[in-house]
Order: sequence, then C-alpha cells, then structure tokens
Amino acid sequence: MLKRRWSAKRLKEAAIEKCVYLSGITSIVLVALIFIFLAKEGFAIFRTVGFGDFLLGSSWYPISTPAKFGILPLMAGSLLVTLGATLIAVPIGIASAVYISEVASGKIKETLKSGIELLAAIPSVVLGFIGMMTLVPWVKSTFHIPTGLTAFSGAVMLAFMATPTIVSIAEDALNAVPRRYKEAALALGSTRWQAIWRVVLPAASSGIVAAVMLGIGRVIGETMAVMMITGNAARIPDSIFQPVRTLTATVAAEMGETVRGSDHYFALFAIGIVLFIITFFINLIADLAVHYKAK
Amino acid sequence: MIRNPYIKERIAFAVLFAATVIVVLPVIFIVFFIIQHGWHAISWEFLTQMPRKGMREGGIFPAIIGTLYLVLGTLLFALPLGVMSAIYLTEYAKDNWLTRLVRLAIINLAGVPSVVYGLFGLGIFVMFLKFGASILAGSLTLAIMVLPIIITTTREALDSVPQSFREVSLSLGASKWDTIRHAVLPHAMPGILTGMILAVSRAAGETAPILFTVAAFYLPKLPHSVFDQVMALPYHLYVISTQVPNIKLEVRYGTALILLMIVLTMNFVAIILRAHFRKKKKW
Repeated sequence: MLKRRWSAKRLKEAAIEKCVYLSGITSIVLVALIFIFLAKEGFAIFRTVGFGDFLLGSSWYPISTPAKFGILPLMAGSLLVTLGATLIAVPIGIASAVYISEVASGKIKETLKSGIELLAAIPSVVLGFIGMMTLVPWVKSTFHIPTGLTAFSGAVMLAFMATPTIVSIAEDALNAVPRRYKEAALALGSTRWQAIWRVVLPAASSGIVAAVMLGIGRVIGETMAVMMITGNAARIPDSIFQPVRTLTATVAAEMGETVRGSDHYFALFAIGIVLFIITFFINLIADLAVHYKAK
Repeated sequence: MIRNPYIKERIAFAVLFAATVIVVLPVIFIVFFIIQHGWHAISWEFLTQMPRKGMREGGIFPAIIGTLYLVLGTLLFALPLGVMSAIYLTEYAKDNWLTRLVRLAIINLAGVPSVVYGLFGLGIFVMFLKFGASILAGSLTLAIMVLPIIITTTREALDSVPQSFREVSLSLGASKWDTIRHAVLPHAMPGILTGMILAVSRAAGETAPILFTVAAFYLPKLPHSVFDQVMALPYHLYVISTQVPNIKLEVRYGTALILLMIVLTMNFVAIILRAHFRKKKKW
C-alpha cells in the first residue's frame, strides 16, 4: 500500500517536472516560430524582387503598376526618427537615472520611480493621440512648415517612450555598483558629484550601454505613435522637419489593405523580418553589455 | 571654469534634477490634459451604449467589453505558461547552455516590436491555424507578447524567497514539487500578482498586435464566441482619431481618458501592492 502510493507520487512528480520543463523551453520555441512564420511569408517576395533591390531600392510604391518594393525610404524614416529620439532621450534618461539612484532619497525617490513607471505604462496610441493634439500643431506653427506631421514630432514623442526604459535599466546598473567604491572615493575627500562622475558612472558604464541599446530597441519597434504623428510619406527625407514613414508604420498601415498572398503582403512580412533581425541584434548587444563586466 | 568642487556639485545636481523633472512632468501633464478635455464625454450612456451613426454618436461599450475579453483570454494563456516557465528557470534549471538559451530567448521576446507580434499572429493563428481574425487569435498573440513580463516578474518573486524555506521543507521529507507548491509559491504570490497586473495593463493598451488578429473597425454588437471579432479600446481610439473624419473632439478625449484610466489604475495598484508587500516582508 505504502509502496504504491510512493510510486504514484513519483509519477506525479515526474509529470510535473516534464510540464515545467516544457513551459521553460517555450520561449525558445516561440522565438523560433516567430522567425519561421515571418520567413515563410516574407521570403516569398524575393522570388519577384531581388534581395538588394528590396533592401536598397529607393522607391516604395506597393500598389502602383509595376509595383516597387524598395525599403530604403522606410529605413531612412526609422533611422531618422530613432536617431532624433535617442539624442533627446539618452542624456535626459541617464541624468535622471543618476538623480534617482544617487541623489534623491526616501519618499522623493519612490515617487519619482513610480512616476517613471507610469510614463512607461501609457499606451502608445494615447501618446500618439496627445502628440496629434498638442505637439503637431505646435511644431507646425513654431517652425512655419506646411505640416506638423514630421520626423521631428515623432522623435520627440518617441523620446518619451524611450526614457522610462533607459532610466530604469540605467538605474539598476548604478545600484549594482558596490557601495564601497563610492565610500572609498568619499573617504579620500571627493565630493558626492566627483564620486558619481569619476567612480560610479564608469563602474556602471556597461549597464548604461545596455540601457541605451534597449531604449533604441524600444524606439525602432514603436508603431502606433509614429504612425499617427510622422505623416507617413514613404520617401527619403532631407530634413528632420519633413514627413517620414517608418518600417513599423508601413506594416501597420498597409497590412489591412493587402490581398493575402500578394507581393505586397509578402513584402510587409519581409519588413517584419528586417525589424526582427534589427531588434534581435540590439538585444544581443544589450545582453552582452550587461554580462561583460560580470566576468 | 568653475574651480570650487562644491559649486560644481550644486550645478551638476541641479542639472540632474531638471532632467528628472523633464521626464516625470509630462506624465502629470498628459493625465491632466486628457482628464480636462475628456471628462465631459464620460457618462453612463457613453460607457454602456453601442456606438451609432458611424461612431459619431452613442458610446464605446463594445470596445470596453472587447478589451475585457482580450485581457482575460491573454491571462488564460500567458499566466500558467509564464509562471511555470519561471519555476523552471529558478527551481529546476541547471546553469548550462540550455538555460542561457532560454534566458536569451526571453530577452529577445521582450524586445520584439509589437507590430511584428501582429504579423506573427496573423501568420500563425489567423492564417495557418485558420482561427480567422478572432478573440482567440488576438488573445494568443497578446499572450506571447506579455509572456516575458510574467516570466521576469515571477522569477524575481521566486528568487526573493529565501533558500532556507526550501531546505526546511525538503528536510521534512516533502517532494520538490510539494516544496515549491507549499513553501515557495505562497510567498511569491504578491510578486506574481504584480506581474499579472502589469501584463494585463500592457495587453489592454497595445494596438499593433491586435490590428490584424482581432480588432474590428466598427462592430456595434457583442461577440458570441471566441471566433468572433471584437472592437477594442486602443484600436477604437486610433480609428476615431485618424480614420474617421468629423468626430467630436470630446468623444476622442473621452475614449482616451477611459483607456488611460484603465491602464494607469492597474499600474498604480501594482506599484502600491509591491510597496506594501516589500514593507511587510519579514525576512
């Protein structure tokens, strides 16, 4: 009797262990599935359009005849918006991470952290909407341009989305610096700022690199807000005050109108592959940066 | 050039403080701006009626219900899978190449753009498995998107349970699973709950993953099965603010207000919960 119950228990234990193991490796399976399904639909475009023409073609006219599927203008759009957002978000993000982690204390620190968490939580469609209502008219009248739907507006709005990511990850990196580093600097007579600037920041640099990379990843992948405020003109811009169309916005805006199985449909999946690969490498670099110092 | 290091420090701290204000102030601005313009639109009617006349009149009831269904569906798939996956990583996994690969995969999933999840959902659930644009396809897509959030928060919660709890339970003859079930999970519950709330808030606010997998442009009725399309709040806000002309501003702000309130309330609850349990923790 006792023996049988024991073996039933063992069986249960083994079954649960298998379940847990299977759930554990789901993430790997999912990443593989995402790539397979993007590739399955996306690679079909290369039967009609050459690989080089797709990546470097300078015109995106998916519904004219003959259709042109060159994503260079879309990549230029993404690059311009991302660059703009990064230039705004990185200094501000790192500065506030330093303030929250090293200067603020007690209630103020907790309040600021909560505020940043809430900013991260605002849905991108709401940020896009706010941008349409406030920023876009402001850009139009301030810079005297025909439309406020520009790469610049997109960059400003996306900077808001990137900062929470940068702040929270940079803050983790700063917190991970051993207290004794700072204490040693202070004991040698440096001011708090000197200790932060000369000791804490350099020690946290790899984590800060990771924070910047993940912030960039967030911006490149952002869809709704850029679709609503960058004007969606698929041509190579020559100034930041012109409408652009990003890779993500193209997929989101055009997928609804395509015929399933058409070249246009395949081309949008191919854009998905490009986005997947870009973000994959950004995350890889961020991960390597995090573990660089640990070894 | 300033020579006095203390004056330098003051200037530096002032700059840092200014940067922090620039980050936090917009949150307050956005919330107040939307409340100010949107609260006129909020009424019992607005919340409980079908939209009429091409969404120009009536309420947003089907969009609220649609978002509710999507969130529930998302949790149904993502919660068990995410928690089990975190249990694997903290309790069972050894430090080998497979575990490192799982970790890398999770980081990667967290970084995949939301619109790519939409494409994936379209490819696998809508087309390949032939679910069509449906609650099922949308929930599954959102579930995969929030999986990394649940795994990461659950892992943190499990890691924070002291090793001695496990050792005591095991030394009393409990099996590994019994130990996890009775000695570890209960103490990790608040953390898991926090993760769950954050996942719900993310799923409720995302638009791009549901664009091609479930969201209906204008569908003034409630769904009957998981294979029906639904309207959803974030997509509805996108539609009425960019796709349909001549919609009263009030309606747009009202919709934005409801969506923002749902998402921010949940995040607020998560923040409070976490702070509360961190204080209560006895070890």
